[in-house]
Amino acid sequence: MSTVVEQAPGYRARRTLPLRVEAVRQLRRRRTLVMGGVLAALPFIVLAAFQLGGNTPGREGRTSFIELATSSGLNFSVTLLFMGTGFLLVIPVAVFCGDTVASEAGWSSLRYLLAAPVPRSRLLARKLTVGLAFSAGAVLLLPLVGLLVGTAAYGWGDLRLPTGVTLPAAEALPRLGIAVAYVFLAELVIAALAFWLSTVTDAPLGAVGGAVFLSIITGVLDAVTALGDLRQWLPAHWQYAWADALQPRLEWGGMLQGVTLSVSYAVVLVALAFRGFARKDVVS
Amino acid sequence: MGFGGVWRRWRPGRRRWLAGAAAGAVLVVGGAAVAAGGEEQVAVRQEERRLSMPEVPGSAGQVSIDTSFFTTGSTPRPAVLLAHGFGGSKDGERDQAERLARQGYAVLTWSARGFGASTGKIGLDAPDREIADVQRLVDWLAQRPEVQLDAPGDPRVGITGASYGGGAALLGAAYDPRIDAVSSQITWWNLNEALFPQAVGGADGVFKKLWAGIFFTTGSAGGLTGGQPKQQDGPVGCGRFSDELCAMYDRVATTGRADAEAVGLLDRSSPSSVAARIKVPTLVVQGQQDSLFPLDQGDRIAKAVAANGAPVAVDWFAGGHDGGTETSERVEGRVAAWFDHYLKKQDNDTGPAFRVTRTGGLDSTGFEAVLRGASADSYPGLGGTATRTVELTGREQSIANPPGGAPPNISALPGVGALSQLSSVGAGLAIDFPGQFASFDSAPLDSTLHLTGAPTVTVRVQADRPDAVLFAKVYDLDPEGKQTLPQQLAAPLRVTGAADGKTVTVQLPAVDHEFAVGHRLRLVLASSDLGYASPVEPATYRIALAGPLTVPTVDGLHTEAAPLPARVWVLPLLAVAVAALLLVRFRRTKVARYDPALAEVPLRISGLSKRYHGSADRYAVRELGFRVERGQVLGLLGPNGAGKTTTLRMLMGLIQPDEGEIRLFGHAVRPGAPVLSRVGAFVEGAGFLPHLTGRANLRLYWQATGRPAEDAHFEEALAIADLGEALDRAVRTYSQGMRQRLAIAQAMLGMPELLILDEPTNGLDPPQIREMREVMIRYAAAGRTVIVSSHLLSEVEQSCTHLVVMDRGRLVSSGPVAEIIGGGELLLVATPATELAQKVAELPGVGAAEAVEQGLLVRLDGMTASELVAELVKLGVPVEGVGPHRRLEDAFLSLIGGTA
Repeated sequence: MSTVVEQAPGYRARRTLPLRVEAVRQLRRRRTLVMGGVLAALPFIVLAAFQLGGNTPGREGRTSFIELATSSGLNFSVTLLFMGTGFLLVIPVAVFCGDTVASEAGWSSLRYLLAAPVPRSRLLARKLTVGLAFSAGAVLLLPLVGLLVGTAAYGWGDLRLPTGVTLPAAEALPRLGIAVAYVFLAELVIAALAFWLSTVTDAPLGAVGGAVFLSIITGVLDAVTALGDLRQWLPAHWQYAWADALQPRLEWGGMLQGVTLSVSYAVVLVALAFRGFARKDVVS
Repeated sequence: MGFGGVWRRWRPGRRRWLAGAAAGAVLVVGGAAVAAGGEEQVAVRQEERRLSMPEVPGSAGQVSIDTSFFTTGSTPRPAVLLAHGFGGSKDGERDQAERLARQGYAVLTWSARGFGASTGKIGLDAPDREIADVQRLVDWLAQRPEVQLDAPGDPRVGITGASYGGGAALLGAAYDPRIDAVSSQITWWNLNEALFPQAVGGADGVFKKLWAGIFFTTGSAGGLTGGQPKQQDGPVGCGRFSDELCAMYDRVATTGRADAEAVGLLDRSSPSSVAARIKVPTLVVQGQQDSLFPLDQGDRIAKAVAANGAPVAVDWFAGGHDGGTETSERVEGRVAAWFDHYLKKQDNDTGPAFRVTRTGGLDSTGFEAVLRGASADSYPGLGGTATRTVELTGREQSIANPPGGAPPNISALPGVGALSQLSSVGAGLAIDFPGQFASFDSAPLDSTLHLTGAPTVTVRVQADRPDAVLFAKVYDLDPEGKQTLPQQLAAPLRVTGAADGKTVTVQLPAVDHEFAVGHRLRLVLASSDLGYASPVEPATYRIALAGPLTVPTVDGLHTEAAPLPARVWVLPLLAVAVAALLLVRFRRTKVARYDPALAEVPLRISGLSKRYHGSADRYAVRELGFRVERGQVLGLLGPNGAGKTTTLRMLMGLIQPDEGEIRLFGHAVRPGAPVLSRVGAFVEGAGFLPHLTGRANLRLYWQATGRPAEDAHFEEALAIADLGEALDRAVRTYSQGMRQRLAIAQAMLGMPELLILDEPTNGLDPPQIREMREVMIRYAAAGRTVIVSSHLLSEVEQSCTHLVVMDRGRLVSSGPVAEIIGGGELLLVATPATELAQKVAELPGVGAAEAVEQGLLVRLDGMTASELVAELVKLGVPVEGVGPHRRLEDAFLSLIGGTA
């Protein structure tokens, strides 16, 4: 007996839903463009705010990143990263990873993809990859545009730290890279939570909102100092650990703890997403 | 800064350490509960006892010493004497005592004379008073059955304590040879050197007035937080100090100089006076943030004990009398390990011979300095294992000593240790006033310089008075010009006979500090310092360099790995394990993936059942079975809710059946089965990305299938959609009919062998409906198969070859359209006499007759309509009218009605 050909000619499960195709599908969405636009525009808005407000008053004794924002392009970029860490960058990550499956379910296009057939685990893997890539782009975009805008406005110079020490630009730039990479890795837990919710619900808003809501809740809990060491289990506890990369002496401890926590939670949440989706009855 | 803060830090053995230890204990308890499911804490027995001792040996006066004895059992075991710090009492040592007791020691704590509930006066660890008490406590331990003896009257005992307690530990070990091991923490070797430091060597140093004042006030007031001072026996202001000490302090504090009597008194209370007698293993823990008993005091202890041939280990921890952040947990563990080795004679590791806690960067999360250990196999002393010579430049400078010594320059302050620790990351509060200091800078460093020990420098000092008092410090000067003073420490020096100029070698404060590349070293000699007594008369000093700065380094110090919680390693492993567990597929009952006998059968469904979610007995589809052959156009017919769409979803692998199986061309359907690529489907409405055009949607959909573009047959599919220019508009602008047509076109992409259309004519206008029918018929004519589901009968009737009729999840009927409808014509006879249906059915030439609402539904089988009317009239049926009836609709209704 000749080999049985199960599939249609030219069909290979391994070729379904190429990343490029998924990227194009998502890239042209209005929310992607709006998100990119907002992140790219924010540095200009902040710059305008600094220009309007004039120079920061001489409070040499009490400095923070924000007060040093105008000292160089690097400082401006770090300031934007600082502003973005708490909440702003959570949103694009939650949107890109939380909206991706739920919106397809909402449009009913999910069932046609699955019947094409794109194997379920492959669909998730591809969508997660693209979602994370978009998230990484968003996390990178803000400080990058900040660096360009800041350098144009305040010149290329060394990074001044709140402690009064200066980090040479040649050293500070790769350090800033580490900080941005950390911010992205620390957001993985949000990404994974949003992604899991996305496979559970057909409402994109539920997935995105759920992830953002949890990010806020953990942030609030982290502010409760009475919780003591328990807070070390909250991802939000480590969200500013990237600042450790921008000290005279690079300190890995906090970032390592933050990344392992975030990645560990993320691995479990993504596994939950794959498990649930593999067995789910798609009724959307 | 509040004075209470100073006082608290003055007794590092207490609250700060306690807080850390308590946190540690909570963690340990929590951890144990998690790990072992609640390991029982061994109960510690505590005995309170007041021991009466002679005031001085041989005297009639007695003092009462308040003691606590801790054990967890009654078998003989090594003992530990736990001494408290100045201003404290035995109560502050209770937690550590209990922990040591649980580790298998008999622990004795006591309040020293003049502290806590003990009576007597403070003798500053005087050999004939406090230290004699220690000897009597050893006597007492030797009588206890719980204490292991080396010989009758000689217990196996170690002694430990911090600061005042550390002094008692060292002196106790010197005066009582029965003590077998010592651990001293942040304590003095020589009180003269500690209170009158002299950086150029020799006696007659500079009075450390601020620390000495705090020290004396704490003792005389009997505790600052205790409310009422205790009885005042001696002169007013002396409090619980012995009269001798009180008088000595009065003299010294007034003149700022130590007289011979004071020197003698302080010597007596210094382990240095009995250096040759400390011959037992000694662990020396000294603080890096300690301007009271700096690292050089620990250095002297270590060298003396080592000279006696006893094992020594030195630990520079991140703390001390100035404060600091390191908790006692690690140090306490080290002390316990020291005793385990030298008292229990266990073969355990006592830690490195030399360890330095280094401050890394800041932890931005907790805003604390990150601490990291560096260790070496041998203790190099303050001179390092190597030295680096750093050339300084600067002309001779003239500086003034301000009259009255004010405003003073500032270096270390009691209680700001935590801040001084931050000096390594660029914070600090050292102040030098212009005109009151001379400074000499090095060139920027071209390589990192890690100073570990006490640098030295030779300077020439000339004064316009007999002696010059100066404060030497080495700053770290960054390229921006910002200077930080490592650990905020300054070395005071008194140069006598400097009227004609004198060249002296200055030993600078011992610190562990890294000078980065590009930074400079700045030597500063200032004329005053807040913490010290400097001359009140105005003076002018001329200061010039007489040699380079010699910086000791220790190459053998290796940084230990950063202490990270186990969470960092355990959590990812745990997460991966949980994820793996979640993703393990539970094998379902094995179904043959492929049945060759059905290879040519596009669809066979057998025994298919699906219950509604969360329902045990409400079925969406129940025991459904039918098959579809090639070339058929199958109509799947049923009212809304019959289970058609559920069946189609199962067919597409979107829903898992509870029972039964679906085979497409012999292959069992499961989610994502490759055979689905031979099926084109349009089920329950269109599904498009609204922001993309119709064309882009189709193209991206096809690209998502991963199949070659030439297989798609786009043009044919687009012709069917017939969207014209609208094809290049975003789908969100489409009407429902347009979406419907585009979705059908999408289903036809690639000309699948099996095409499934669910309610395809919804939203289409009549010409489009007719065209759709033709499309389906043409499609099947090429040997492909089409399944159309509908609740609209006309649609199915005119285009289908076969029918499957469903109702409430069950199969009602299946077969060729003609078979289901029957061969003959269907007539509706309008009559009220529906009860005669049976008789009519029995007429020859009549296939069937059925009573319906409007009359009788008769299927003719050979008879014509006019013959039927004649027969009916014969039967006496009042015929009001006869007409042809929409055949299928009624067949359908009758079938469904039959199952009701």
